Amino acid sequence: MADLRSEFIGIKSPNPFWLASAPPTDKEYNVRRAFEAGWGGVVWKTLGAEGPPVVNVNGPRYGAIYGADRRLLGLNNIELITDRPLEVNLREMTMVKRDYPDRALIASIMVPCEEEAWKAILPRVEETGADGIELNFGCPHGMAERGMGSAVGQVPEYIEMVTRWCKQYSNMPVIVKLTPNITDIRKPARAAKAGGADAVSLINTINSITSVDLDDFAPEPTIDGKGTHGGYCGPAVKPIALNMVAEIARDPETAGLPISGIGGVTTWRDAAEFLALGAGNVQVCTAAMTYGFKVVQEMISGLSDYMDRKGFVSTSELVGRAVPNVTDWQYLNLGYVTKAEIKQDDCIKCGRCYAVCEDTSHQAIDMSADRVFTVKDEECVACNLCVDVCPVECITMRKLEPGETDLRTGETVGGYNNWTQHPNNPSATAAE
Amino acid sequence: MSDSQLTQGIVPGRLDPERYCTNFADHTPPLGAQEARIAADRCYFCHDAPCMEACPTSIDVPLFIRQISTGTPEAAAKTIFAQNILGGMCARVCPTETLCEGACVRMESEGEPVEIGALQRFATDTLMARQSHPFTRAAKTGKSVAVVGAGPAGLACAHGLAMRGHDVTIFDARPKPGGLNEYGIASYKAPGGFAQAEVDWLMQIGGISVVANWELGRKGDGDLGDLLADHEAVFLGMGLSGVNALRMEGEDKDGIVPATEFIAELRQADDLAKLPIGRDVVVIGGGMTAVDAAVQSKLLGALNVTLVYRRSRAQMPASLHEQEHALTHGVRIIENAAPVAIHGNGAVREIEFAYTQEGASGLERTDVTFRLPADQVFKAIGQTLGDMPEKIEVKGGKIVVDGAGRAAPRVWAGGDCTHAGEDLTVTAVAQGRDAAVEIHQFLMEG
Ligand SMILES: Cc1cc2nc3c(=O)[nH]c(=O)nc-3n(C[C@H](O)[C@H](O)[C@H](O)COP(=O)(O)OP(=O)(O)OC[C@H]3O[C@@H](n4cnc5c(N)ncnc54)[C@H](O)[C@@H]3O)c2cc1C
Ligand SMILES: Cc1cc2nc3c(=O)[nH]c(=O)nc-3n(C[C@H](O)[C@H](O)[C@H](O)COP(=O)(O)O)c2cc1C
Ligand code: SF4
Repeated sequence: MADLRSEFIGIKSPNPFWLASAPPTDKEYNVRRAFEAGWGGVVWKTLGAEGPPVVNVNGPRYGAIYGADRRLLGLNNIELITDRPLEVNLREMTMVKRDYPDRALIASIMVPCEEEAWKAILPRVEETGADGIELNFGCPHGMAERGMGSAVGQVPEYIEMVTRWCKQYSNMPVIVKLTPNITDIRKPARAAKAGGADAVSLINTINSITSVDLDDFAPEPTIDGKGTHGGYCGPAVKPIALNMVAEIARDPETAGLPISGIGGVTTWRDAAEFLALGAGNVQVCTAAMTYGFKVVQEMISGLSDYMDRKGFVSTSELVGRAVPNVTDWQYLNLGYVTKAEIKQDDCIKCGRCYAVCEDTSHQAIDMSADRVFTVKDEECVACNLCVDVCPVECITMRKLEPGETDLRTGETVGGYNNWTQHPNNPSATAAE
Repeated sequence: MSDSQLTQGIVPGRLDPERYCTNFADHTPPLGAQEARIAADRCYFCHDAPCMEACPTSIDVPLFIRQISTGTPEAAAKTIFAQNILGGMCARVCPTETLCEGACVRMESEGEPVEIGALQRFATDTLMARQSHPFTRAAKTGKSVAVVGAGPAGLACAHGLAMRGHDVTIFDARPKPGGLNEYGIASYKAPGGFAQAEVDWLMQIGGISVVANWELGRKGDGDLGDLLADHEAVFLGMGLSGVNALRMEGEDKDGIVPATEFIAELRQADDLAKLPIGRDVVVIGGGMTAVDAAVQSKLLGALNVTLVYRRSRAQMPASLHEQEHALTHGVRIIENAAPVAIHGNGAVREIEFAYTQEGASGLERTDVTFRLPADQVFKAIGQTLGDMPEKIEVKGGKIVVDGAGRAAPRVWAGGDCTHAGEDLTVTAVAQGRDAAVEIHQFLMEG
């Protein structure tokens, strides 16, 4: 079994699976259960400043969207940061860390954007023995309206300033948690780095309305006839998170900045994908909130199984392995030609490939009277839609070898040729 | 001490009273909302779906299942009823394993089809539970049509015509409408008086009246000429009212009855505990009727039930699924054997069979014989067409119709009484429905 021990910005944990700052980490009871179940670390539910804690709504705070068999695909919440007193959280964190010295315990913090506020809370957090802090610049609802959370995360200058304060007033490693509710994720990441952050973590939740009650005509979850946008997370947000992680990993200005990958991690495979795109570890919230803490056991066994198959002895061999292969569209090889190919023996004759190609793509699939489906190479543009909709994975893409003729264009498949060299591109530079 | 399973002869009350309830309860209980949602999620929404092709009434299966999965079972029901007004009964009695579900692409991928029949029942039950009828009748045309037979074919035809504004009178020889839905279908397939409830619901379209205990050709009732004199068109949907005889000595002994008669009696019984059944029952035949008679004999408490078919099991008209249904209920199936003699004094005691084999001149009897004890014998070797009016051409024991279902000028026919298609409820519905379209066209052209 592969060694999953992980070291992230100097913080050790028995595996790279941490629970993200959220309800699963809101109190001692949950966190102890999480550690017993095998989680490598937790980011404690975000702490606010001293004084009366925030309050949550007393009606439903989550909404969801589903796939087949009511499988939860996306979760939305209008919850705020911890609604328990600071002292209680700090006391519990101290006790948990004392009992689980081998696990990572990170404090998530969100206080007003004033130097005094940060100066006040940091030493108290440090006293708990926490391994590091995460600055919550991400919460898209409730806190943003009070000038915290994503209101800070959307202004790179603020990120840099607050990060600097944290480095100044504490010795703890600092992780800056980024909001995805922004156009270019590289800007806040660069600001965090400039402020001295040890790492960034992303993504926090995405502004969203999950559904509308069609009888009461209000967004859901509905509180007394009204609703508000909440933060979206779960499997549905993974593609967005992966892209943002990759953007930071391959940005020359932030290359090498450790990343804690968050957003839709549900299985070992999701986690491995985040690691391959440059995340040093992953954080999980929705998967735990959907299935309970035990899901981590599948993540652990699956990742270690995969690493064994690949011959990786440490997760560091996987981290960032796919980053060099993330490029811009203009550098994709236009000389690479594939054609869809249907394995007749495996085809169950549902005809979905035919319907989608005929109605919405390139009329490249032929359907015979007895429901045999075949690809017309002279029409197929290799868009992959048939592969994507086939319920039994009997369609694959065959790569044409150099020298073969693409029956659609009549051209001989050749070597490398990208858009920057393409004759149709007015600003092309001739291929060497 | 009342009678038990061991009592010889044909006696009622072989079982504890509660057993009758459990034995004749819904044999495929309806799906709950949760089960229906999960089952619906398995549909791939195939292009030009094979299940739809396999349904004799061409119900748009992928569409109605999608409507269930999006929480609109009543819209799903409307999709079903638009093609098949007896979609509720069909959901219960169709041999789906050889129709829609047999064609489901999931059979190819995993050998387990989408539960189309059960989902169809879920949708239709939902709408029918409200007692609302999904269609409205068009303005009256003033034309009238006579329908002979209130079975699936006649009902579908009557509904189609009434919906288009014509007045319809259904004449039926039996006291209750429904045809074999009421008198033939195995009782555990449509318990709870579903057949009558469905007829009542169907009649909500308006414009249909039923004349019961009226037999075509019987003196005092009327003949085809009378119907054609009073109505612009006639639809014949009288099914198969006769039964084939064994044509052997001793067939008239007590205890030997047509399976359909036994089933009709069973279907009409108020108290199954009062229905007599033999201890040793032998059913002769290999179709759906034979299986139903055998299984229901067993459920009534018969000790030994043997189904004897003259050819091999592979050639049995009853599907593999139905054969398994019989076997799991403890029915013994003997293949390749034909009856040769009936023994007994007054009442049947034993029945003697000879094994058969495929020979040069077709099926041949061998010299090898065996006897089965029998105090009751059900003949299920096929139903036959009753007497037909002269104008109607009959060939091979069935009414001859053209491609439009026409049997004679102004006379259409459909269902079991015609040669077209398999003898199934759903086929009868399809033919009745299509005849309604043809008749409507004829009436409107003048
Ligand atoms: C025991 C049994 C079990 C079956 N089980 C199934 C099953 O599980 N699934 C399935 O799909 N199919 C089953 N079938 C077949 C199915 O019931 C028939 O195919 C279907 O009922 C045919 O419909 P129909 O309208 O043509 O005739 P019928 O249902 O037979 O209706 C004919 C009607 O016409 C009336 N009639 C007859 N003669 C006259 C006359 N001279 N004058 C006036 N009225 C007359 C009869 O009283 C009857 O009401 C079964 C059949 C039997 C016998
Ligand atoms: C109910 C709920 C409450 C959350 N509260 C916080 C929070 O207090 N602080 C924070 O940094 N992130 C919070 N998050 C965001 C999660 O930590 C995480 O970034 C996000 O859910 C994406 O990960 P996932 O797809 O694994 O759930 C919350 C998420 C949920 C669902
Ligand atoms: S890859 Fe696209 S164009 Fe080619 S056959 Fe499939 S759906 Fe059609």
